[in-house]
Amino acid sequence: MNLYQQFIRGSQFWAFVKKEFRHIMRDNRTVLILLGMPIVEIILFGFAITTEVNNSKLAILDPSNDKATLHIVREMEASKYFNVVKIIHSTSEIATVFNRGEVDMVIIFGNDFNEKLNHTGGAQIQLVADATNPNVAVTLNNYASSIILQYQMELMMQQKVPYQIKPEIKLLYNPSMKSSFNFVPGVMGMILMLICAMMTSISIVREKETGTMEVLLVSPMKPLNIIIAKAVPYLVLSFVNLVTILLLSVFVLHVPVAGSIFSLTLVSIIFILVSLCLGLLISTISDTQVAAMLISGMALMMPVMLLSGMMFPVENMPKPLQVISHLIPAKWYIMAVKKIMIEGLPLKYALKEIGVLCLMAVVLIGISLKKFKIRLE
Amino acid sequence: MYAIQVEGLSKNYHSAKSGKYAGLGKPSASPDQVDGVTFDVHQGEIFGIIGPDGAGKTTLFRILTTLLVPDSGTAKVDGYDVVTELKDIRQRVGYMPGKFSLYQDMTVEENLNFFATVFNTTVEENYELVKDIYQQIEPFKTRRAGKLSGGMKQKLALSCALIHKPSVLFLDEPTTGVDPVSRKEFWGMLRKLKEQGITILVSTPYMDEAFLCDRIALIQDGIFLQIDSPQGIIDQFAQTLWAVRSNNMSKLLRDLRAHPAVDTCFAFGDVHHVTLSNDSYTIAELHDYLAQLGHSTIEVHVIKAGIEDCYMQLARRVDPHSNNH
Repeated sequence: MNLYQQFIRGSQFWAFVKKEFRHIMRDNRTVLILLGMPIVEIILFGFAITTEVNNSKLAILDPSNDKATLHIVREMEASKYFNVVKIIHSTSEIATVFNRGEVDMVIIFGNDFNEKLNHTGGAQIQLVADATNPNVAVTLNNYASSIILQYQMELMMQQKVPYQIKPEIKLLYNPSMKSSFNFVPGVMGMILMLICAMMTSISIVREKETGTMEVLLVSPMKPLNIIIAKAVPYLVLSFVNLVTILLLSVFVLHVPVAGSIFSLTLVSIIFILVSLCLGLLISTISDTQVAAMLISGMALMMPVMLLSGMMFPVENMPKPLQVISHLIPAKWYIMAVKKIMIEGLPLKYALKEIGVLCLMAVVLIGISLKKFKIRLE
Repeated sequence: MYAIQVEGLSKNYHSAKSGKYAGLGKPSASPDQVDGVTFDVHQGEIFGIIGPDGAGKTTLFRILTTLLVPDSGTAKVDGYDVVTELKDIRQRVGYMPGKFSLYQDMTVEENLNFFATVFNTTVEENYELVKDIYQQIEPFKTRRAGKLSGGMKQKLALSCALIHKPSVLFLDEPTTGVDPVSRKEFWGMLRKLKEQGITILVSTPYMDEAFLCDRIALIQDGIFLQIDSPQGIIDQFAQTLWAVRSNNMSKLLRDLRAHPAVDTCFAFGDVHHVTLSNDSYTIAELHDYLAQLGHSTIEVHVIKAGIEDCYMQLARRVDPHSNNH
């Protein structure tokens, strides 16, 4: 241990780290990938790929045209979800506007809406939505229903009805149903995995490919230290990325860090370690940079996107896929980040996830050390 | 005192598909046995490994620099075993692989400083050793290594391999792809390093570089044909060697090889080198034979054998099917 500390302090190690940073900084493409990717992905997932539905086109068929219907239409227009783009006058027009793709939803009020509402309580309203995209249709329905419900509530308040049953749905942790709450942990998992595993494996394999690894191996530097020195810059860059993602998510996507930063950092460090080991493993089985990149892309990125629960809920998958998803480190990391960062729970609630990640780290470090070659073959 | 001791060393990449052997060593006459290579290099000697591509030179270098484990045999560098004492060897040798192995995106100066630090030393400490070589590339020290010419890259690689004052220097085809002037300079540098007491093991596919070594080993298909000083190898060439030229060189080659008294005949640039199985045959007789076959401007004279002639003859003796006819 003493010897090791001596080494860490020694100039040899830092000269190597410095050299590694030079490789990164002198290759514009690498810099762009390393520092630009988190920003692009956060923006993509935060804004472009979203399950929120804004500015849907709405058509109104309002034969009553009274106080109540006008109020509801005004509320719809005022919400950011709807734009009233068309007023139609007969039911026959409904099919036409949908066919032309002019609207996403049509709201049809019954006759004498206000009167029926006040006297018989039997006012009718129909919501017709284009369900070619079922998710959007359901979301629109919910938005419209909640606006109508709210109006109903207001009416009741005004009339001072003493007893009323008020169903209240509360959306926990993500009251505004923002999809970024789900994507930020996912993007964190994906970026850290990619930077650590892919870039580390590529940088090691590049030395093999150019033949410099031969010279380095035939030097007094311990092979293991070569690998550690190669991993350090990517560790540092991962932290830069972590900070970038958190800043972007807090200030651009308005996703707050509800839990402790310390716990979040701790979980991230464990995950980064797992990813670095994966990168090291990939570097031992591939001989060219292209192979390393393909393996990282296929073996890491795809499963992280599809099976980590980042995009599709794991619970809905067939059993075999669910079993496979347990093997994906990013899944556990994303679950832990959701608990700590979004739900704001203390560290002890994420112990299971941390435990699994630690176990993965230990196993992967073991395999990497075993597979690590101090010679050429 | 030997700097390198090698005994029965072999390392084969047996390809099941082609059934061919590649690497170092060769299956011997007795079944399940492999003939390896055996040789010693004296301290402060320039020892050349000479042979064509694919003869096993790089495999040998990689075993000696602890990068590969041999299938059989033992090797010691500076008294340390290449398999069990690799740490000691890695402390004291310099290695320059055949492929240009420096960091192309770092400058000349950064490369040299980096390798000095990796070898636990500084450029200043051993500057004397690399001065002669490094001074030639120093004007370009802020240039990236990838932008240097072939000769300059080679000088930089040599400087980097030398910066920690190794006791043994391994140079795998250092002059391949380098222009003739730089090649000459490079060998001049090696002689200077030898004066400093550094043992140099160098491989080359160029036969003309053999004379620049103290001793050479001719290698073919993984085995050594002969180990001797360049002069010693030439002196062993017992037959008379004739250089033959005529107006139709390709027909001449066929005609000479068809002649019953001709032992070997190889094209060597603008002449054919010929040995005869019957030494009583005279120049005049050969001249007449060729004139009969319609050759004109025939020139025949006796020449001294070179390393390449020796190589061809030795190679043929080992594997009579590989050359001639």
